[in-house]
Amino acid sequence: MTTIVDYGMGNLGSLVNMLRRVGVKAVVESNPSAISSATKLILPGVGAFDAAMQRINGVPGLREVLDRKAIEERTPILGVCLGMQLLTNSSEEGQLGGLGWIAGTARRFPRDGRLKVPHMGWNIAHPGLPSPLTAGVGLEPRYYFVHSYYVLVDEPAHSLMRSEYGVQFDAAIARDNVFGVQFHPEKSHRFGMQILANFAAL
Amino acid sequence: MSSLRTRIIPVLLLRGESLVKTTRFGKFTYVGDPCNTVRIFNELEVDELLFLDITATPEGRGPNLPLLADIASECFMPLGYGGGIRSLDDAKSVFDIGFEKVAVNSASLVQPRLLTDIAQTYGSQAVIASVDVKTNVFGKPSVRIEAGRRNTDRDPVLWAVEMERRGAGELLLTSIDREGSWNGFDLGLIRSVADAVSVPVTAHGGAGSIGHIGEAVHCGRASAVALGSMVVFQKKGMGVLVNFPDARELHATLEGR
Repeated sequence: MTTIVDYGMGNLGSLVNMLRRVGVKAVVESNPSAISSATKLILPGVGAFDAAMQRINGVPGLREVLDRKAIEERTPILGVCLGMQLLTNSSEEGQLGGLGWIAGTARRFPRDGRLKVPHMGWNIAHPGLPSPLTAGVGLEPRYYFVHSYYVLVDEPAHSLMRSEYGVQFDAAIARDNVFGVQFHPEKSHRFGMQILANFAAL
Repeated sequence: MSSLRTRIIPVLLLRGESLVKTTRFGKFTYVGDPCNTVRIFNELEVDELLFLDITATPEGRGPNLPLLADIASECFMPLGYGGGIRSLDDAKSVFDIGFEKVAVNSASLVQPRLLTDIAQTYGSQAVIASVDVKTNVFGKPSVRIEAGRRNTDRDPVLWAVEMERRGAGELLLTSIDREGSWNGFDLGLIRSVADAVSVPVTAHGGAGSIGHIGEAVHCGRASAVALGSMVVFQKKGMGVLVNFPDARELHATLEGR
């Protein structure tokens, strides 16, 4: 069962709605034992990095279950928006460590007044390395973004799509069974639907 | 620079279970069923949709949650809602359904903390301050609330700055005088507000052509443009036709590419 991890951060209704549209029955779970039986996990997230990590670390057993699913069981996991930033090591937004499954960091967009922060709206994500997650999205798919911090992965091989907003950043990342998208696929029409359908088909 | 597209946002007015379109906040024209209309905007792949329930505050009620849930289940683009948001709980119930932004208007006058409370809980990007402006016979603009019925005598620029200070992530700036007119935006008003705040300003009221949209961005310095009549009527004075400007022409005008 595709399971959306509910740790109290983020808009889960729209993810469920779009998954239903692509024919995937998803459940929303906060209980670590229910999460441990998932066949696929989606890690959503809106808000602050430390607040999210505090909640994940604060639910007894949740961090352990997530680590086991990601590393030992190799369950496909998709982090969305802040959920993608959590996959990395750290963020300039907070002090706490991230999940650390994909080496990288989240950095703050420069606030020099040239561009408004957050980066909010529709932008193009350029597919790079081929991946089952981004199969069939076309050459210049556009996605809806809302974020004030951007991810740069350490290894170029972990970058799937790149976007640009004052700086170049990683819009989609992957390492083995762990995937992340900075944009909101659930709010990005057919472009996002393709990503969620691809993830469901993994 | 950036490849970020200027957001062009259809604004859809709810009155009971129906969609309507107004002119200068009056003269209601029936447009259709909200869910059917949303499906068309889905197919047109619009950037974002904003729903305003224009009878919620006058009727003293909150959001029509069952209807909003139906809308959200059909929408695969960013969604905003305004109308009768009077508490953090009202906002929470709208977010839980799958909307990512709420617009606060009338309540900002009597509950100065509300906008801040929502922004602190859900982030500024989730809060739109909706500012309705009407110009008096002497040409002096002032902020109106309660669907345009009540004059606050507040200056739009000062009020907009105050809304940003309280935590609004963006402003929806509506010219009541231009709303439904097809005559173009009040560029002076838009520019005066856009120059005074650092959050994005969405220009609303008066769009009748792609040229007008370009003016709002290039002369008014709006970050985004809201469309009403243009996306629900065939032409001025003609019948209902849910539509959206040609994306190629639109973005050639806006971004020159």
